Amino acid sequence: MDWHILAQQLVNGLTLGSIYGLIAIGYTMVYGIVGMINFAHGDVYMVSAYLTAICLAVLFSFGIDSLPFALLATLATTMLITAAYGWTIERVAYRPLRGAPRLAPLISAIGMSLVLQNGVQLSQGAKTQGVPSLIPATLRFGEGDDFVQITLVQLLIVVVSLTSMAALTWLIQRTSLGRQCRATQQDRRMAAILGINTDRIISTVFVIGAAMAAIAGVLVTLNYGSFDFYIGFVTGIKAFTAAVLGGIGSLPGAMLGGLILGLSEALFSGMVNTDYKDVFAFSLLVLVLIFRPTGLLGKPEVEKV
Amino acid sequence: MNQPSFSRCLLAMALASGLSLSSLANAQDTIKIGVAGPMTGGYATFGEQFWRGASQAAEDINAAGGVDGKQIELVKGDDACEPKQAVAVANRLLDQDKVAAVVGHFCSSSTIPASEVYADAGVLMITPGSTNPQVTERGLPTVFRMCGRDDQQGPLAADFIVNELKAKKIAVVHDKDTYGQGIADAMRARLKELNADDRVVLYEGLTRGEKDFNALVTKIKAADADTVYFGGLYNEAGPLLRQLREQGLKVNFLSGDGSLDPAIVTTAGGPQFVEGAYMTSVREARNIASSQDVVKKMKEAGFDPAGFTLYAYAALEAIAASMNGAKTGDGMKLAEWLKAHTVPTVLGPKTWDAKGDLNETSFSLFVWGPDGNYTEMQK
Repeated sequence: MDWHILAQQLVNGLTLGSIYGLIAIGYTMVYGIVGMINFAHGDVYMVSAYLTAICLAVLFSFGIDSLPFALLATLATTMLITAAYGWTIERVAYRPLRGAPRLAPLISAIGMSLVLQNGVQLSQGAKTQGVPSLIPATLRFGEGDDFVQITLVQLLIVVVSLTSMAALTWLIQRTSLGRQCRATQQDRRMAAILGINTDRIISTVFVIGAAMAAIAGVLVTLNYGSFDFYIGFVTGIKAFTAAVLGGIGSLPGAMLGGLILGLSEALFSGMVNTDYKDVFAFSLLVLVLIFRPTGLLGKPEVEKV
Repeated sequence: MNQPSFSRCLLAMALASGLSLSSLANAQDTIKIGVAGPMTGGYATFGEQFWRGASQAAEDINAAGGVDGKQIELVKGDDACEPKQAVAVANRLLDQDKVAAVVGHFCSSSTIPASEVYADAGVLMITPGSTNPQVTERGLPTVFRMCGRDDQQGPLAADFIVNELKAKKIAVVHDKDTYGQGIADAMRARLKELNADDRVVLYEGLTRGEKDFNALVTKIKAADADTVYFGGLYNEAGPLLRQLREQGLKVNFLSGDGSLDPAIVTTAGGPQFVEGAYMTSVREARNIASSQDVVKKMKEAGFDPAGFTLYAYAALEAIAASMNGAKTGDGMKLAEWLKAHTVPTVLGPKTWDAKGDLNETSFSLFVWGPDGNYTEMQK
């Protein structure tokens, strides 16, 4: 395989993996703090794709022609509204079940996922929606037909993902809010005794996860241009896989899992066969879980007495 | 309170008998016919074409006196192009709505399992758009098509690739679904006949529902293909086309009737990505002399009868004609009648062979222009 083809596949995988990673953060943070899988998370991402298109349409209809401003305003609005979705979902579907057996919130999550999918289908229609290609710029390295290219949007995806990841790590490791999150994760009752409002912390985690999904939603909409009410399912499954691969509950694990999944899909698809790229990705997951049941960066769960 | 009170029982009985009486009354002045297809989901535009076409046909037939003096009442069935849901819809149409015949379904992977249900019940089914050969190859007597087969459609594309485009390296991509892989294989079978199968440099399947085909596109680039054939639907064809163009591949792109829909401009993110793509599909029905009145009527009502709309219209016409001709609601007898008679439809006179395939079918080649519209290519 030529160097430029290999490099192009790495670019493809890196972009895809960054998106998986961003969405995986939502799964992993929620699991870390309340020990449940938020199956509605993929659909929160789907909602953010619709919000992106609506925001852009509204901004352009007001005659705003500065693209960077429109994108930033769209990103901010989408993150805000999607975060509100995350908060509401936690409030409505999960908080009332806080003391219930573990299966109850799981079922509630699946229900929430159906509510979001069908709600969007009813309000926005079943048709595939799209956003025209806004940033056609690409960077090309190499000569003639042997070039590697990265579009500006792809570059944006990788940079924004890594920056968000770094910002989030700083938030969790260095700030008072992060300390409270970690305390709640380690022992919710003890944290509450020490004066932490654990309900508020759990809400915050849902809000952060949804905001990350919103970033992914904006970037994906810019990159691929089309979406429907069902996109949350496929992407959600992949992001969840990424979270488990990296070690569910671990923040850097989510990003690592996402990148490994994206790269392995692109490389396997490029070198072997596209038909079986998912088989390969999931075989990888099985292998990792056999040798490291908690994922690559996950900590083994200590049975609390 | 464990025992239901007497009065409540009475009420329930009254309600139940009232309901059954009214449905009996309904059954006498109307004939129910199911219209099944993807009414929701990613392929809802095809479902809408089915529904609009069949609705217009029902309106026109009812205005002309109905079927055997009875009015046609359409019942919508939504399969979302999901095989499991298609079977459920088929059962619902038969058991709950008691339909006498069905116009549908669209995706071959839905039509095939649903047709088994209709065939078991002996109910006539005419699909306006399922082109996979297996739809009529299983010997089910009550299954008919209003369109051609992929082993006619695929070869048209193959001939064009070899004779007109003079392709040297062909990449064949499909969506691993009954329709998509079927038409891609039919295209390849014709390439073999033309001694051009060694020009296929890549044959792979992508996953329906995904949006990122960049890895596959890079692979097509590495294989140095000059022509890409895609067997699948517009939801995947759009992003695939866009990513091909974004990675700078100036390849010829061909696909089948599942991709020929204005919605591909949306899924690709703009007409500039779709421009120049070739697609085969059922003949453009809006240009046929016999369809002009209907086309005009539907356009005045605000709906452009594109794609399969008029095929659905014709399917309902055929059902009505067989019911008028055979003077029965029995699916087996209707099927026998259809196979023995010529039916005048909006698409012209139609006859069927013993399998339920049309005796004469024609596919055409279409090309997308820079404005996001497609035109039929003249031969």
